[in-house]
Amino acid sequence: MPHDHHDHDGLSPSGHPYRADQDTGLSYWQAMEIAVRELMVEKGIVTEAEVAAQIDAMDARSPAQGAAVVARAWVDPAFRDRLLADGSAASAEMGFDVGPMRLIAVENTEDVHNVVVCTLCSCYPRNLLGLPPDWYKSRAYRSRTVREPRKVLREFGLELPEATTVRVHDSTADMRYIVVPARPAGTEGMDEAALAALVTRDSMIGVGVAKAP
Amino acid sequence: MQVLEPGTPVRVKCMRPPGHVRTPAYLRGKSGAVERVLGPFSNPEQLAYGHAADPLPLYRVRFRLGDVWPDAETPEDTLDAEIYAHWLEPL
Repeated sequence: MPHDHHDHDGLSPSGHPYRADQDTGLSYWQAMEIAVRELMVEKGIVTEAEVAAQIDAMDARSPAQGAAVVARAWVDPAFRDRLLADGSAASAEMGFDVGPMRLIAVENTEDVHNVVVCTLCSCYPRNLLGLPPDWYKSRAYRSRTVREPRKVLREFGLELPEATTVRVHDSTADMRYIVVPARPAGTEGMDEAALAALVTRDSMIGVGVAKAP
Repeated sequence: MQVLEPGTPVRVKCMRPPGHVRTPAYLRGKSGAVERVLGPFSNPEQLAYGHAADPLPLYRVRFRLGDVWPDAETPEDTLDAEIYAHWLEPL
């Protein structure tokens, strides 16, 4: 029976390459994950529903939570101070649980710009920002950000004045980092919710700045 | 183990132990200063293998980019990393 022509090796109608079917066998670690999960279910330690619920909870996290924290810091100087002193406690105050990892908030000012990277793996404040973007986990971002940070930032469209000090934070161990971007000019009368809409994911990683109103 | 105060100049030891370590190779042998003291946290080199892990101070050490990379374009920019106490020697 004839069927509509489609090109198996080329591009989809929307111009994206087709993703290859995953017809190869499981890797060692994929098999290990399935085996451990099935054993834990069998022994009654977790249920399938709990695993699914945890995946849902992970997927529900988004940069909106981080943006709410930043907006609060912009409008409430006492909260800002608490956030910079103890990022985990201040986030918990807003009802965001950052989990077992401890959070450090670093603030961009006129003189300082902060950017976050994890050279060893892909440590990221997932509870506040959701899952990391693919580029954050790439070898290029991880190796170049600690070596030529300004060049990397330029590729993100961020050209910083020479007088600004760039501080790179390599999350090598137990801490997670969130950048508090500088509050944009012309936002004096805005409320917290409107301000939060200006706070992008990239501005909280430090490869961008907050949007102008 | 003595706790190093913020501002203390330190060098990252040039060790090459096998196994799971969380001290990046590019910082070994480099000098910086303690930015703040964190922890105690369990030693990940023991934790990774399911061993009882010693609680250790964890330091955020700040390095000048020029001290990490001799050819850095902007040597006064900085790099902060978390380094466990047993990897640091005060200078």
